[in-house]
Amino acid sequence: MSGLPLLSALVIAPWAGAALLALLRGASPRTCRLVALAFSLSTLVLAALALAAFDPARTTPQLVERHVWITALNVHYHLGLDGLSLVLVLLTGVIGPVALMASWRTARSRLFGALLLALQGSALGVFLALDFFHWFLFWELSLVPAFFLIKLWGGTGATRAAYQFVVYTISGSAFMLVAFAAIFAATGSLDFQQLAQLGADGSLAAKLGVDGARLVFLGVLLGLAVKAPLWPLHTWLPSTYAEAPTGVSMFLTAVMSKMGVYGFLRILWPLFPQQLHDSAPWLLLLALGGVVLGAWAALRQTDLKRMLAYSSLNHVSYCLLALFAVAHATGRPGLSSEAATAALAGTILQMFNHGLSAAALFCCIGVLESRAGGKRGLHDFGGVRTAAPIFAGLCGVALFSSLGLPGLNGFVGEFLIFRGVFGLNPGVAAVACLGLLGTAMFLLTFWQRVFHGPRGGAATVAFGDVRGIELASLAPLVVLMIALGVAPQLLLRLINPLVTSWAGHLVLP
Amino acid sequence: MSLSSLQLCLLFSSALFCLGLMAALSRSNTILVLLGVELMLNAANVNFIAFWRYGPNPEAATGVVFVLFAIAVAAAEAAVGLALVIAIYRHQKNIRLQEATRLKG
Amino acid sequence: MSLSVQLLWLIPALPLLAAVVGTLAPRGEFKLSASTAIAALTLSFLLSCGALITALADPSAHLTSNFTWFDLGHGAVRLGWLLDPLTALMCVMVTFVGLLIFVFSTGYMRDDANAKQFFCFLSLFAAAMLGLIIANSLLLLFVCWELVGLASYLLIGFWFHKPEAAAAAKKAFITTRIGDLGLLLGLLWLYDSTGTLLLYDEGQGVLDPVVLAGLGGSTAIGLLIFCGAVGKSGQFPLHVWLPDAMEGPTPVSALIHAATMVAAGVFLMARVFPLLTPDALIVIAFTGAITALLGALIACAQSDLKRILAFSTVSQLGYMMLAIGVGSWVAAIFHLLTHAFFKALLFLGAGSVIHAAHHEQDIRALGGLRGPMKTTFVTFAIGMMALAGVPFLFSGFWSKEAVLHAAHGWGFSQIPFYAGLVAVVLTAFYMTRLVAEVFFGHPRGNGAAHAHENTAAMTLPLGLLAACTILLGAIGTPWWPWLQRTLDPEFLSEPGGAGLMATSIVLVALGLGAGWALYGRKLRQKSAAADPLAVIAPRAFAFLAARMKFDKLYAATFGRLSDTLAACADALDRHVWDGVVRLLARLGRFTGLVNREADEEGLNAGFDATSESIRATAKAYSRAHTGDAHGYLLMIAFGFVVLVFAVLVGGGR
Repeated sequence: MSGLPLLSALVIAPWAGAALLALLRGASPRTCRLVALAFSLSTLVLAALALAAFDPARTTPQLVERHVWITALNVHYHLGLDGLSLVLVLLTGVIGPVALMASWRTARSRLFGALLLALQGSALGVFLALDFFHWFLFWELSLVPAFFLIKLWGGTGATRAAYQFVVYTISGSAFMLVAFAAIFAATGSLDFQQLAQLGADGSLAAKLGVDGARLVFLGVLLGLAVKAPLWPLHTWLPSTYAEAPTGVSMFLTAVMSKMGVYGFLRILWPLFPQQLHDSAPWLLLLALGGVVLGAWAALRQTDLKRMLAYSSLNHVSYCLLALFAVAHATGRPGLSSEAATAALAGTILQMFNHGLSAAALFCCIGVLESRAGGKRGLHDFGGVRTAAPIFAGLCGVALFSSLGLPGLNGFVGEFLIFRGVFGLNPGVAAVACLGLLGTAMFLLTFWQRVFHGPRGGAATVAFGDVRGIELASLAPLVVLMIALGVAPQLLLRLINPLVTSWAGHLVLP
Repeated sequence: MSLSSLQLCLLFSSALFCLGLMAALSRSNTILVLLGVELMLNAANVNFIAFWRYGPNPEAATGVVFVLFAIAVAAAEAAVGLALVIAIYRHQKNIRLQEATRLKG
Repeated sequence: MSLSVQLLWLIPALPLLAAVVGTLAPRGEFKLSASTAIAALTLSFLLSCGALITALADPSAHLTSNFTWFDLGHGAVRLGWLLDPLTALMCVMVTFVGLLIFVFSTGYMRDDANAKQFFCFLSLFAAAMLGLIIANSLLLLFVCWELVGLASYLLIGFWFHKPEAAAAAKKAFITTRIGDLGLLLGLLWLYDSTGTLLLYDEGQGVLDPVVLAGLGGSTAIGLLIFCGAVGKSGQFPLHVWLPDAMEGPTPVSALIHAATMVAAGVFLMARVFPLLTPDALIVIAFTGAITALLGALIACAQSDLKRILAFSTVSQLGYMMLAIGVGSWVAAIFHLLTHAFFKALLFLGAGSVIHAAHHEQDIRALGGLRGPMKTTFVTFAIGMMALAGVPFLFSGFWSKEAVLHAAHGWGFSQIPFYAGLVAVVLTAFYMTRLVAEVFFGHPRGNGAAHAHENTAAMTLPLGLLAACTILLGAIGTPWWPWLQRTLDPEFLSEPGGAGLMATSIVLVALGLGAGWALYGRKLRQKSAAADPLAVIAPRAFAFLAARMKFDKLYAATFGRLSDTLAACADALDRHVWDGVVRLLARLGRFTGLVNREADEEGLNAGFDATSESIRATAKAYSRAHTGDAHGYLLMIAFGFVVLVFAVLVGGGR
């Protein structure tokens, strides 16, 4: 596969699509959204090619592209693909087209398609970049399309939500930028792999000095924690997810929140193992806060999208919980590397699984919203299952996947996370179980109010079952949920050697 | 005390200059003011000639050239001046210098 | 015909396939769905019989077939099937009872618009339960365990347009999930200490003696696993969901209460019995005793036909747990098997009554059904006598004797034994009450008045179950303890329970007599008439009728706690964290304001003043330009004179 720069193609294709759409002045809405869909699907195709060329047994980045870019700053154009990136690229490849189809009506606008493609391209850039320079470029670039997508096509409070989202995220990234400026000043390098080596042998911290390292760590942590989000830096999330149009909510929760978790795994953990270890007790508490309070706050919401937003917080917090538990246990004598492997594998799996189930649930809310003329309150519906049984079935699968029912994808990731966290820190795992209970409570409340009972609210009048394009966007997700629930090996095959090697090198510098 | 030729010439040009200045300052008729100015110019010209003629290097025709230029310039200036006078006249129907104050800042 | 362990997966796979076929079938294809489900379960039943033959060839062997589910680290997470007499007997019971319930459902659900879906869910339920039984891995068992929960959720909430049914389904799921979380933690603990969740794995499984010997913290693990059983098997204090689960169609109640869901907990405890330490067993025994007594007490004061049966299930499950707690898991399984048959019989009989009486299920409004529903009456009476423990002829007697016998022999305490004896009296009492109210006297309601016997699809299963109810006792009598020996080859039958048997016969007679004295002698005339018990002890009756107010208690404690936590979490978000953000935003805006003011007032004002003064100076200068040419000339002259003077005075150079 030396001929085609596959990873560059992956990143560039959506951008090219966005550019093409921008040039297609006067094209019919139909053409516009077909073009957008075609370019959106390109990721899936190219990711499949990458999957074919990918060797899971190797733990170093593959299909690497590395060229000198800015000599004066020692910046390289450096792309690489390892198991973690591949899983997320596949997720982006699935969610991108599905999100576009979920907002099919809105996608008639040329700009909408172009912006969504730009968002997709930025996410791919983040997942594939191995140099901070363009990693950060894509990281920040993703905000621009997201801002306009929320502001222009969002609900009534969209403007406020969009500003809040962008300002909040940017303030986090500002700290990260400063932190990396300090790292660059100290080491003269922005390459993740080089920095990870420096981090592993402790020379990065030595170069930054004790306080310097702590401050830089905090800066990077802030930037990532806002994006992921880590409780209590999540307050932008409910309003943003609630106000964004369906497809954008799907993409935000499925892919963009993963950018934060990815950053934790790719940057924070390798670069600052000691600092992460030192602050892990606190971070564990925060992650637990996200798990438990996220679930219970969701129980209190009456806006379905806000409820799902909190459920996202809950699910993403499991990933962070596992990572922090591993970081906390690092260096402990008698550390169970099996538990660490399980926790890390669970984290990556959970990222993918949450992407699927959260996107599917947001898609379902979108369908409900479209039937009810924009209403999406917990009490605005009733007996939808009578009116739309197929839709109820699909939504039910997504819902049970989200609450971790065995046999569906959500279970395996959560089981592995709990297996790992229990092995590393039993008390934390026990408390986190409350999150599982809370999730079941609010999701079943949602299901009971909206789908069960006599027909009521918006479902009293004609309430059509899922139609073509809605089915096309929900069905792939549901199929994947069942497939991954039965055969998690499909994904674990890709990441197992990677996490095994991570867990095998858990030492503090 | 006897005066040299140069000194006589300078005395003459000074008188001429003072006459011109007096005319320029005291008359209100713009044309007469212009005449005064011309007189002062000519006083300067006389000085040029005198210093050339009685100066250290009378062979080179420097003074004459200066004066010729000055006369040419004075002629042009007079033409412009008269044109301005005519313009002023057109505007204010007289040529009294005291009234031509429209260029004040 | 024997079935090898490698093919054991076919037993749950067939109903699962039927469920998939039913799901994909077009709407209203009731016949297709039902026949697929019945055919699949029949095949499963035959396969189970084959498995039983295989298992009986060597009852002490644990045949396994393990496979890798997914790689993890240097190892892998493995699952597997297990075939031993326990598995095989449970499979036979579940498929057989399930099959009869399926057949019954074709009659019961014939008129329901969603009958097609009903059979899908039933098949899923059976598949999950069968998967749970054959699992050789606690992880696979947990997977199926949760799928059982899902299927019960779907079936209890089958009439989801009824808000009560939807609420009951949710309650069942949440309540059992509380227990499941305990189970999950127990599994995690076990996994962490042993590195495997396989039950038997060539000496490396958690139940293999080598691993068991090296296991620490076993009491806690056992109790956490027991939490799961408490939830699923409706033990005190998580029994509250079971009676509510009556909102589902009656065949579902039969399936849940007899063959599948509640049996899962007892089965699990029997399966992991070697893991349980004596300390854990004490907890289990007392939990079982409390549940047995509590269920029987509450059942005495219920007036809903199905709820009485539900609480009797709670009580009987208590017996089973008690048996496990006192160390006789064999007795527990014996009672589980017999109970499965007679409870299925009772529920299907109740279903038959309810179906005939146009969904009237209040025993006060029924009555007099003995005449028009002969088959139902006879079979129901057989089930009732089995449950009440009428001696010798009925299987329930033998299994209950086995449980009581084990409890009597327990060294730690006799309290569970006495609790069991009291429950015997109560059971006989409330079952007599039930039969007297429903079948004797004369009809007291519209539904009962027009009731007539149901079709063969419904009566045939009743007859078969009644036959089994009678016959099944034979396999575990003290004289021929075949079942006990099969399940546990080291089982020693201890004769000499004659005194105990006589005691319990007396107690059963006492219960029956008391019931007949109160309800049979003077039959109820009007549906509104007060219950004789309520006349004797009104407050106690009301307390029991309100199910000892457990629901209220939980709503007031856990419900309120959860609500408070939710409100706190939400308020924390809305006010504290969002407040911090808003404060920061306000701080930012304030800084901006200060900056602007500083710019406007400080910096800009300075520049403005300077330029203003420059402009004023320039204005002053421009005023000197009067336009007066004479003035200009004068100034020039004046200047000239000054210059001349300066030259003269200053000396020229």
